[in-house]
Amino acid sequence: MTEVSVAKDAVAATDDLVVLKSVNKHFGALHVLQDIDLTIAKGEVVVVIGPSGSGKSTLCRTINRLETIDSGDITIDGKPLPAEGKALARLRADVGMVFQSFNLFAHKTVLENVMLGQIKVRKTDKAKAEEKARALLDRVGVGTQADKYPAQLSGGQQQRVAIARALAMDPKVMLFDEPTSALDPEMINEVLEVMQQLARDGMTMIVVTHEMGFARSAANRVVFMADGRIVEEAVPDQFFSNPRSDRAKDFLSKILHH
Amino acid sequence: MFDFLEGYDVLGAFWTTVQLTLLSAVGSLVWGTILAGMRVSPVPLMRGFGTAYVNIVRNIPLTVIIVFTSLGLSNIFGVNLGAADDFDTKFFRLAVLGLSAYTATFVCEALRSGINTVPVGQAEAARALGLSFNQVLTLIVLPQAFRSVIGPLTNVLIALTKNTTVAAAIGVAEAALLMKQMIENEAQLLLIATIFALGFVVLTLPTGLLLGWLGKRLAVKR
Repeated sequence: MTEVSVAKDAVAATDDLVVLKSVNKHFGALHVLQDIDLTIAKGEVVVVIGPSGSGKSTLCRTINRLETIDSGDITIDGKPLPAEGKALARLRADVGMVFQSFNLFAHKTVLENVMLGQIKVRKTDKAKAEEKARALLDRVGVGTQADKYPAQLSGGQQQRVAIARALAMDPKVMLFDEPTSALDPEMINEVLEVMQQLARDGMTMIVVTHEMGFARSAANRVVFMADGRIVEEAVPDQFFSNPRSDRAKDFLSKILHH
Repeated sequence: MFDFLEGYDVLGAFWTTVQLTLLSAVGSLVWGTILAGMRVSPVPLMRGFGTAYVNIVRNIPLTVIIVFTSLGLSNIFGVNLGAADDFDTKFFRLAVLGLSAYTATFVCEALRSGINTVPVGQAEAARALGLSFNQVLTLIVLPQAFRSVIGPLTNVLIALTKNTTVAAAIGVAEAALLMKQMIENEAQLLLIATIFALGFVVLTLPTGLLLGWLGKRLAVKR
């Protein structure tokens, strides 16, 4: 795909934090990411939407190299993404990730989940790590659950703990891979509220989601993906009221008229 | 009726069995865990070594391994484990070495199946936090894997307890060796065999019950 056909209405990037340049990836015969170019500035909230199988989760996972890429470049804060080893681990510590299935460490308490990265990666001493963990758990509204195990919490609570766990590393950017897709409907809002607060506080966020309300209210920019390509990029108001590509019009007509 | 027991140190022999079991259990747990780590390692050389070791050692009869530690390691290669002149200690240590080397393969495979029960998301979340491969393995994956394979590991431990009888082949004074001597000296075959069989049940039955309880208690809830 050429630059011309991609509608770019984004806020002018002043301070690029995450830059993807002509990124390609295949799963066997499936070309799941096709020449992806995407730049995310510091403090920007980018929401990635699109139909299932469009490659948006894969895109999210390539940014901290949970998925490798076949070609192209990814840089974070000016540094190219290391291939493996200590350098990669260091970079991952700076990139927070929140998963669809929460992935809290099942054998550790909520508090231990939030302390682990601080102690083992950041080498913070235990008392300080605990203090910070408790503060973060309070911030996401699950402070009273600190000594329980993940399985004892509701999905919404687990996901908020997962957000606290990622925040405990003081990440430069947060990746959200469909954070509300595995939640019961009444728990979605409690997670979205935490994310909105984060966005207001100036965290750089890349959010893969099906929550159009969140995209409208919190995003600086909406990236629409279909069939492994970025089809359209625009500010939310324009994207939802006046999408330019037929693919986006088709997608929006299917999800917004119920 | 039991006066034929006079002059035999049955308890002492079983104590040697217990020592053989415990030391070999620790040895095989440590070595088996390292082997399992190798078998899931991203380094091809380590994976290859782990796979080769398990598949070779697991398939050699224990008797051959135990006899090899004595005739091979000790007699030919001069490996005496710090007790060249004290025969009892030397053969005891060689037996522990052989039992550990053999049992570790079963520990490794039980653990590896436990690793497969840990959802891949657990390791991904740990990697995403910036933990190294070793940290992901030792802090997140193995603790959960261990809890899910306490049952199979109990089987391995019970098998190990009974396998210590093979150490009689190199003259370690454990229960089976004493049994053999007593059967040769006394005309009480059935009674002697029953006493030793019961002795092993007394050792293994509580082990199974205790670890079964522990396995339920430590199970990871998802």
